[in-house]
Amino acid sequence: MEQLNTEPTKTTANAQKPFRMSVLVCAGTGCVSNNSFKVMEALQDEIKKHNLEKEIQIVGTGCNGFCAEGPLLVVQPDEIFYAQLKVKDIPLLVEEHFLKGRPVEKFMYTPPEGEVAIPKMSDIDFFAHQRLIALRNRGLIDPEKIDEYIGRDGYTAIAKALTEMSPAEIVQEIVDSGLRGRGGAGFPSGVKWQLCAKQDSDTKYIVCNADEGDPGAFMDRSIIESDPHSVIEGMLIGAFGMGASEGFIYIRNEYPLALERLHVAIEQAEKYGLLGENILGTNFSFKMNVVRGAGAFVCGEETALIASIEGKLGEPRPRPPYPVESGLWGKPTNINNVETWANVPIIIDRGAKWFASIGTETSKGTKVFSLVGKINNTGLLEVPMGITLRDIIYKIGGGIPNGKKFKAIQSGGPSGGCIPEDQLDLPVDYESLSEAGSMMGSGGMVVMDEDTCMVDVARYFLTFTRDESCGKCAPCREGTWQMHEILTKITEGNGTLNDLAVLEALAEVVKDTSLCGLGQTAPNPVITTLRYFRDEYLAHIEKKECQAHVCRELNTYIIHGDVCKTDGKGCGVCRRECPDKAITGEKGKAHVIDQQLCGKCGVCYDVCNFNAITIE
Amino acid sequence: MPKLKIEDLQKIKQRVQQTTNLREGKSRAKITVHMGTCGIAAGARDIMDAVMEIIENNNVDDVIITTSGCAGLCSQEPMATVELPGQTPVKYIDLTKAKIAKIFDGHVMNGKIVADFVLGVGSEQTH
Ligand SMILES: Cc1cc2nc3c(=O)[nH]c(=O)nc-3n(C[C@H](O)[C@H](O)[C@H](O)COP(=O)(O)O)c2cc1C
Ligand code: SF4
Ligand code: SF4
Ligand code: FES
Repeated sequence: MEQLNTEPTKTTANAQKPFRMSVLVCAGTGCVSNNSFKVMEALQDEIKKHNLEKEIQIVGTGCNGFCAEGPLLVVQPDEIFYAQLKVKDIPLLVEEHFLKGRPVEKFMYTPPEGEVAIPKMSDIDFFAHQRLIALRNRGLIDPEKIDEYIGRDGYTAIAKALTEMSPAEIVQEIVDSGLRGRGGAGFPSGVKWQLCAKQDSDTKYIVCNADEGDPGAFMDRSIIESDPHSVIEGMLIGAFGMGASEGFIYIRNEYPLALERLHVAIEQAEKYGLLGENILGTNFSFKMNVVRGAGAFVCGEETALIASIEGKLGEPRPRPPYPVESGLWGKPTNINNVETWANVPIIIDRGAKWFASIGTETSKGTKVFSLVGKINNTGLLEVPMGITLRDIIYKIGGGIPNGKKFKAIQSGGPSGGCIPEDQLDLPVDYESLSEAGSMMGSGGMVVMDEDTCMVDVARYFLTFTRDESCGKCAPCREGTWQMHEILTKITEGNGTLNDLAVLEALAEVVKDTSLCGLGQTAPNPVITTLRYFRDEYLAHIEKKECQAHVCRELNTYIIHGDVCKTDGKGCGVCRRECPDKAITGEKGKAHVIDQQLCGKCGVCYDVCNFNAITIE
Repeated sequence: MPKLKIEDLQKIKQRVQQTTNLREGKSRAKITVHMGTCGIAAGARDIMDAVMEIIENNNVDDVIITTSGCAGLCSQEPMATVELPGQTPVKYIDLTKAKIAKIFDGHVMNGKIVADFVLGVGSEQTH
């Protein structure tokens, strides 16, 4: 890590030389895995070569959001956006743009259907429809320099809270803002804070839930990687408001970069006296701890998380008592998600009214989503509540790749639901998503196209929840296992209508009787696919047919003799590749598959270069 | 290690404003130094250095400094263009360190075009 200029008086003299240009290189996990550190090194070398190091500053930032196009960089002040950079592109880029001021078109982003490169970041559709509140500093600051956070009004909210507001006023402000939990259930944060604040106890704790166990989700990781101080400041404000003096950030162990940035941030905040005793010269003190997650998905559930911090087995327990009454070591404990905390400083800074003016009646502010699956622009986005799913998919996400048709979008992580085409005009808020059978969850969104089999999707998510069920309560333990068995049976072509009835009944029981949120929501993928894609279940059961050709056992591979003979000249590739030796034929002649021997692995279909094989 | 007081936050903020303002594209003016091969040969680098020095010494945090390629008037290099928001850009020619300092003071900071060094007005709007 670079030496921190912690002495305010000294820095004025040396570190803050002005630069005419800032090159903001994405150093988020996605871009780092695409070699962005190498690109950054090359930039440094090349800038030195041209003697530009006094004029041009290189900054490593957190995830920019458009991970699909990484490694990327943004050149300010002109806001020029470069995508998919390689080390070998750097000399030309530095000479042309940085020295001679001519942005290089061929390194800019070109939309999938467009022909013209778009130079400015804010003109790119992916960014144009976003609204950044929780991610307000993303890509604009170096997350490892506390001064840069302060330069963007960082820590002014805690200063305001400590000097101009009473704890009760702070809590009221959060109540008035309408902020709801971003970690899953969407509980009104202000109400939870009120409950915690009113507990009579000498010791109270606050916790930041950064466990983020949903597969494919990386909202919280990105917030910590790009702006760790926003979370720390949010927690400071919460602690002051609720009367807590110690906090814990429970962070997923598989997030090394986020963990590192968090440690750097805490160390810097401690040096500045923004954590520790007598913060900002007041008599408010607060100690911050970081705890690494135990790894299981269920540890993200608040009572399991508390047990895990206490050093016990990470298993949920029945509520009540709720953590605000009896949490860590039996003391009142307020838990919020990373994104929830990151919203707090700006609410205090700009006021509840401002925040409440964004979003819908019941859901205020913005939400960060990770958009993955069959979508052109995969990445991380923050949008105002109330935006439609259609806008997210088509305006920001850029639609479905390869001209395929949209089939469903799954929101809310592994236990969210699948929403079909005819519901795409739903405004994204907590209530609408629940009514559609899905949920906001922590913000994972998976887009599925026509090649997706919805029964298989339900089975896939049930595999996850079955494996992650901690086994403490029977409905979840047995129910997810049985539902998974039935789904597997159906995808293998052995399902009956009775199975379908049992599946439906099971889903309701598991939902209603499980102990924690994992079991209560695990049936969602089953329930929603049954609701919107029942015809697919029926086709698997009654016609032994998988329209998407995903369920291999239901496929029949057929060689079209004429095509094989005339186009492929009986090349024989499939015959050699077939592991079951089910294909016969001679060179130059049509080949055939012996359906009795065929193990339905699909290799022949994949290897035939002449489209002579089809799936029926 | 001195711990921060409330007032210190403001000081740090001002200190980093230069960089952050620039990143957000907030500016009172934009100076473009022409950095084509001929410009560099004629001393455009010195002009750039001079500009950087001026903004550093005066804590100027809201002027965008940028470069551009050859302006096609190689005999009149080094050149720079000054552009104030909403106004037509003004091109200055045959620059020296002293001249650019005058232009900075007169045009950039006080909005008065320094007519003596002007080539022409309105050649290329860049923002
Ligand atoms: C199985 C399970 C896993 C969960 N995982 C997370 C998680 O990774 N991150 C998170 O913030 N909340 C998670 N939650 C929700 C937490 O229990 C809790 O509601 C949340 O952290 C409260 O913060 P919020 O009100 O700010 O959303 C999970 C819940 C369940 C039932
Ligand atoms: S790979 Fe295709 S073309 Fe070749 S023998 Fe098999 S079916 Fe015929
Ligand atoms: S599907 Fe598999 S087993 Fe059947 S013929 Fe093709 S390669 Fe052989
Ligand atoms: S990591 Fe670079 S854009 Fe997400």
